[in-house]
Amino acid sequence: MTATTETTATKATQVPSFTVTLKIMRHIPSDVAPAGYGEPAPAGTTRWDTFTVQVHGTDRVLDALHKIKWEQDGTLTFRRSCAHGVCGSDALRINGRNRLACKTLLKDLNPSKPITIEPIKGLPVIKDLVVDMEPFFASYREIMPFLITSGVEPTKERLQSAAERERFDDTTKCILCAACTTSCPVFWTDGQYFGPAAIVNAHRWIFDSRDEGAAQRIEILNDREGVWRCRTTFNCTEACPRGIEVTKAIQEVKRAMLTRTH
Amino acid sequence: MQIHQYDVVIVGAGGAGMRAALESSVRTRTAVISKLYPTRSHTGAAQGGMCAALANVEEDNWEWHTFDTVKGGDYLVDQDAAEVMAKEAIDAVLDLEKMGLPFNRTPEGRIDQRRFGGHTRNHGEAPVRRSCYAADRTGHMILQTLYQQCVKNDVAFFNEFYVLDLLVDHDLSAGQVGAGEEVNVTGVVAYDLATGEIHVFHAKSVVLATGGAGRIFKTTSNAHTLTGDGIALAYRRGVPLEDMEFFQFHPTGLAGLGILLSEAARGEGAILRNAEGERFMERYAPTIKDLAPRDIVARSMANEVREGRGCGPNKDYVHLDLTHLEPAHIDAKLPDITEFARTYLGVEPYTEPVPVYPTAHYLMGGIPTNIEGEVLRNNDDVIKGLYAAGECACVSVHGSNRLGTNSLLDINVFGRRAGIAAAEYAVGASFVEMPEDPAAAVVAELEAIRTRPDGEKPGEIRKALAETMDLNAQVFRTEDSLKQALADIRELARRYKNVSVQDKSNAFNTDLLEAVELGFLLDLAEVVVLGSLIRKESRGGHFREDYPKRDDATFMRHTMVYRRPLGGGTSDGDADGPFSSSMEADDYRIVVGSKPVTETRYQPMERKY
Repeated sequence: MTATTETTATKATQVPSFTVTLKIMRHIPSDVAPAGYGEPAPAGTTRWDTFTVQVHGTDRVLDALHKIKWEQDGTLTFRRSCAHGVCGSDALRINGRNRLACKTLLKDLNPSKPITIEPIKGLPVIKDLVVDMEPFFASYREIMPFLITSGVEPTKERLQSAAERERFDDTTKCILCAACTTSCPVFWTDGQYFGPAAIVNAHRWIFDSRDEGAAQRIEILNDREGVWRCRTTFNCTEACPRGIEVTKAIQEVKRAMLTRTH
Repeated sequence: MQIHQYDVVIVGAGGAGMRAALESSVRTRTAVISKLYPTRSHTGAAQGGMCAALANVEEDNWEWHTFDTVKGGDYLVDQDAAEVMAKEAIDAVLDLEKMGLPFNRTPEGRIDQRRFGGHTRNHGEAPVRRSCYAADRTGHMILQTLYQQCVKNDVAFFNEFYVLDLLVDHDLSAGQVGAGEEVNVTGVVAYDLATGEIHVFHAKSVVLATGGAGRIFKTTSNAHTLTGDGIALAYRRGVPLEDMEFFQFHPTGLAGLGILLSEAARGEGAILRNAEGERFMERYAPTIKDLAPRDIVARSMANEVREGRGCGPNKDYVHLDLTHLEPAHIDAKLPDITEFARTYLGVEPYTEPVPVYPTAHYLMGGIPTNIEGEVLRNNDDVIKGLYAAGECACVSVHGSNRLGTNSLLDINVFGRRAGIAAAEYAVGASFVEMPEDPAAAVVAELEAIRTRPDGEKPGEIRKALAETMDLNAQVFRTEDSLKQALADIRELARRYKNVSVQDKSNAFNTDLLEAVELGFLLDLAEVVVLGSLIRKESRGGHFREDYPKRDDATFMRHTMVYRRPLGGGTSDGDADGPFSSSMEADDYRIVVGSKPVTETRYQPMERKY
């Protein structure tokens, strides 16, 4: 018996309510008349709006965004779904760093200063904090993110040792939120670059003992827009909300390219 | 407006929708419409595992799994469906492995299995290792694996398209279509979020796989997007809803937040304790203790709190204690959920107990289907070409309480079945003509909300709805609390008629779509509460303090709720059933019938663990 009420510290719940100011970048869609869309502004432009909200100790950036949308300005637009860091919908640039809005507690962001919220960089902005994810998913699809095998399918499961399974465990965690790819300076300047997320997902298969498609994927990533563009700045590793060692995974793919025998 | 024609249209791209798409798309021309990018679907939040009697680590068989499912559901399970699920579970797991899913492995390299609530050896003797898993992100891996296979098979997706209407060639909602008459699905109407454009999909088969409706409650493990869209659309078009009063409250939500901590924690040895440090589940379920089914554990926890043994400054939660487990074991088997405790509550599970309280988690009821996934429009007749699978459907394998892991199983088994059946039907059928101007009605409703200059804020109505549901229709229910909830919902529905949004634009108007979703939530909350009022007994996830016993004589039947016009329309279904009734709302009548439970090999017994 180790648990008693006295020793329990639900720290986040002990933080009292407080006030935060959010400075949010708004992007007015260019293809629609902006009538009734917040304050009048010409289409296709951006502006900063500032909101102040009262929040609780356990509230996250997403809670503050919802509070603004539901109580102050219904036109504020952002994506979200699960609200606890597993669906990958709400990657945003928060105080200049890529994070998931639902996994970033407001109390951890120095609430005495305004919190800046921008869309993730390097993908076309559709409206406010919503970007076009299609180029990101197109890169993902290109690296053939599925099991490739030859020969007759076994009747029961394929065997894989615990150690073989462990070899690619880290990269199976990816939720395709794009926090890594859109933190990458190479991606910002060259939208053709596959980007960290696609390479992470190639890694997930290249190092899976059951898969036989490594050579094809390595060929794809040996492209001029492939892994060699990585400059090892580690932004991606820092940005990953799932704690994946993204830069390490990219390095391992590079090494696999250099040492491949096929 | 754009018009598309596909043999099969699948609505929803979670586990059930994508599993259906993999089958359907290799057989015939198929489109998947999803309001999210497929990898955002809530299947990805499932943690613990997927049960199948592989017997990789100890003796097991599908008959034991069937029994556990039936007993776990407090005997309101259709036993033929449970048998199908338990039998096909084995291939469902092996299929996923062959698609590349990275299951945890045994020392021999086979798929590893662990314990889970309510899954037992030899009809309740002791917990059995039946759950196949990938750390505590099994749902994530299933969702990723199915999406990967869809990429491989070049499945056609319409992402961020909201389905606004279900098209059927007879107006069932008028209650004038007699038993035995042929009724066909003809397609769906959808809204492209990016542009605001309306798309009509003409289809021979439609598969509804839109997931649950946890957002009717305030404290929930469900995504913001789980607003019961497909269920509400079917209901509005006259399809009955089955067993909607059975909502599962998962025992271990992070206190105050509702974020799910998997039952896998208890499967790996974590223990629930009250403020006195007592392992209280020993009192409520002496044989399997913390691994009793979720309804029992959730009620026991709520009871501890109610009787003053709750933890924390307000005594309003209990503790999940992992501190006796090795940190390395926790890291290997439960990495994600321990991170949730750290991130959201600042609690270190290695050394501190985690505050937990029940959270609305899973809707056992839904759109009634048979075991092929065909949607029923009364107790016997199907709507030709219309299918449903996953949480939005009620087949019914979960009865009044779903066992942990059986939802990931359900979506794979019945998603696959619905996909095959929908495609095979479409191959042999011709297109049935759609009604003239099929989108007119919903476009008018949508435009009314969008253009109303001033009115009720959707956020306020949604908040009030969720609060009354948490207060009055949660783990403990009474006649009075439910009547209060019903009155509140009716009042909110009146306010909703004057709902207005601030965003009047076309591009990515989530303000508008949230208002539409709120309409779905209001409709479904009413059915949940009404079913709860009518079911004057306690069974599985539905607990009436004023009727604490199970009453098989009257209530061993599925509830079937129909929306019909005021005054007119036949009462479909079982008008003379033991708890049939009818109730008038402002604009419509709600007719309640019932459907017999299919029993094959198990006689109802008292449920003890």
